[in-house]
Amino acid sequence: MGWTLLILLVVLTVVHGNPTVMVRTGSGPTVGFDQHPNSVPLGEDIQTTTEGESEVVEEVMTTGVLNPSHYPARRAATVVQHYLNTRYGSPYRWIFLSTVHSGSAEDVAEMGRKYQLELTMQEMISNVSGQCSAELFFPGGEGQSAPQVQASCEGLHQSNTTAQEEAFYQQHRASNNLVSGNNIPDSYGHMEPSMKPFWQLGGVASSFIMLRESNESTLYNMAQVANFTQLETEKDQLRFNYHVLLHEMISQEIIHWKLLVTWSPEQGVQVLQTELQPKCHHCEAPPNTTN
Amino acid sequence: MMMLGLGSVGLVLLSLAVQSGHGAQDSAVWSREETTERNYYTRYHNMSEITAWMEQMKRENPDVVSSMVYGQTYERRNITLLKIGLSSTVRKKAIWMDCGIHAREWIAPAFCQYFVREILRTYKTDTKVNEMMKNLDFYITPVLNVDGYIYSWHNESTRLWRKSRSPGTGGCTCYGTDLNRNFYANWGMVGVSTDCCSETYCGTKALSESEAWAVTDMLGKMREDILAFLTIHSYSQLILVPYGHPNISAPNYDELMEVGLGAAMAIKAVHGMDYTVGTSPDILYPFLGSSQDFARLIGIPLSFTFELRDKGEHGFELPEDQIQPTCEEAYAGAQHIITYTHDKAFYSYAATVTATLWTTLLAAWVSSAILL
Repeated sequence: MGWTLLILLVVLTVVHGNPTVMVRTGSGPTVGFDQHPNSVPLGEDIQTTTEGESEVVEEVMTTGVLNPSHYPARRAATVVQHYLNTRYGSPYRWIFLSTVHSGSAEDVAEMGRKYQLELTMQEMISNVSGQCSAELFFPGGEGQSAPQVQASCEGLHQSNTTAQEEAFYQQHRASNNLVSGNNIPDSYGHMEPSMKPFWQLGGVASSFIMLRESNESTLYNMAQVANFTQLETEKDQLRFNYHVLLHEMISQEIIHWKLLVTWSPEQGVQVLQTELQPKCHHCEAPPNTTN
Repeated sequence: MMMLGLGSVGLVLLSLAVQSGHGAQDSAVWSREETTERNYYTRYHNMSEITAWMEQMKRENPDVVSSMVYGQTYERRNITLLKIGLSSTVRKKAIWMDCGIHAREWIAPAFCQYFVREILRTYKTDTKVNEMMKNLDFYITPVLNVDGYIYSWHNESTRLWRKSRSPGTGGCTCYGTDLNRNFYANWGMVGVSTDCCSETYCGTKALSESEAWAVTDMLGKMREDILAFLTIHSYSQLILVPYGHPNISAPNYDELMEVGLGAAMAIKAVHGMDYTVGTSPDILYPFLGSSQDFARLIGIPLSFTFELRDKGEHGFELPEDQIQPTCEEAYAGAQHIITYTHDKAFYSYAATVTATLWTTLLAAWVSSAILL
């Protein structure tokens, strides 16, 4: 009996003295800013790794199997999205990346890097999804050279846009009522329903630039159609001047481009001219001090 | 007969008036001036509206809501938070949430407003929310970058402003510093620009911006009490965990990922939206000097950045008809993190106390049984 009691008391003491959970008094391991075991030592002479109009620090490029939710696969997949829009986009067909399923990347002996991706893409107006296999090549070396993309998709073209496109084309091809618009979407994300196809067309046209300007350190989206103006129809093509704002995610910059865009149901979207607009620095002064 | 006739005509006219009133309401072009509760939280609000709303929250809930000015912006505007919780005689633990550190991310302040409304609406009837309001204080800053937010409302050409509104120095004529690169968290090393015209300009030095200083000051004072730090941004549909440096891991990375993934699941359950979870060097891009990193570095264990809708279709100009669903899903995600934080702090303690009591009782019973 006495031994049992002794053992019991010992067990109880051990249990009592070692609660399985910690009482949290709030803080983690650190006291001061520079005492955290994981922080990079801070010194008086921190060297910034960037100078002037700088780029992000050289990222070590992943090779081999890619994590589908990590940025290398997602940036490459977005490039495929831009490519698909240049090939298949229209005022009624605008394609966006839905899911990256798998991917891999490899160096191509001093020439660049090659990606292989399995993706799901979604057409935004009809909500139709399609599975795509894509290969991209980002050329290396000096000078900007556009990535090269090959992609084959199943199911994406099933959205039947012919009737809508034809109606839109007929509605606007006569030059007696040229359309224009601005701030699409507006600050609140709104747009008139009649402006929506012009927004979509702007997105597709922007894809030509976004594709051309993309590399492994960029991620582009169209932020807004600042304005567009319809020009006289020529050679059966609807023609427009577009001023678009692109958002580049890594630098967070808003980049202005002017485009000359044509479209018809047969020829698809073409971008004949592009012109980069310089960033307006003097436009940044507080409103009550300008003019 | 005449009176009857007049009376019935009057009744007909009255009912017509009432009906057309309803009809007018239903068919009226939706007016921005409408201030009914029903659609207030489905619209974006400028700074004076948000300021008035904060006063209204205090007025309508005087026993649980107070406000605190904890700093000044460059243009000398107040930076204000709402402190929300059931009053207590003992010092309480805290949850920190800030929105609108980047001016153009309008959905973020909208979410802070929604979050406040939701906990105030439910704390009396929802036992879990009530418990959390009892044990915790919520410190919520609806708009941190007040100057930038006001500037982004000025006109269509300023809508996409991101940074603070302090002027450039040293001959640089551009304005603004990226507040989320300005914190004392390995400042200036990665993912920043030293060009003051750049959108990721990190400032002349860490905490050069009074807005970043205000947060740093508050977090420093409250460091022992803050259990979780949430900072709200858009867009990309991500939940980011510290750190922004590719080669440094937070000591509780596994816990942060587990809680973050739980939050993403809670988000997906609401409207099916996918939010990706990870460190920013993994899922977005590496960068330093963020408020999230600073919070983790000074010891706040659970530090998260939310990047809300969408994934690029509208980007910063998210349509107002997406405010409600975005806020609903983000609320579920935030509640997952807050519930975990709360239960870890309060149920762990309770479990220890309970275990101690039971073992003591058992020992007493056994020894008394033996002695008798």
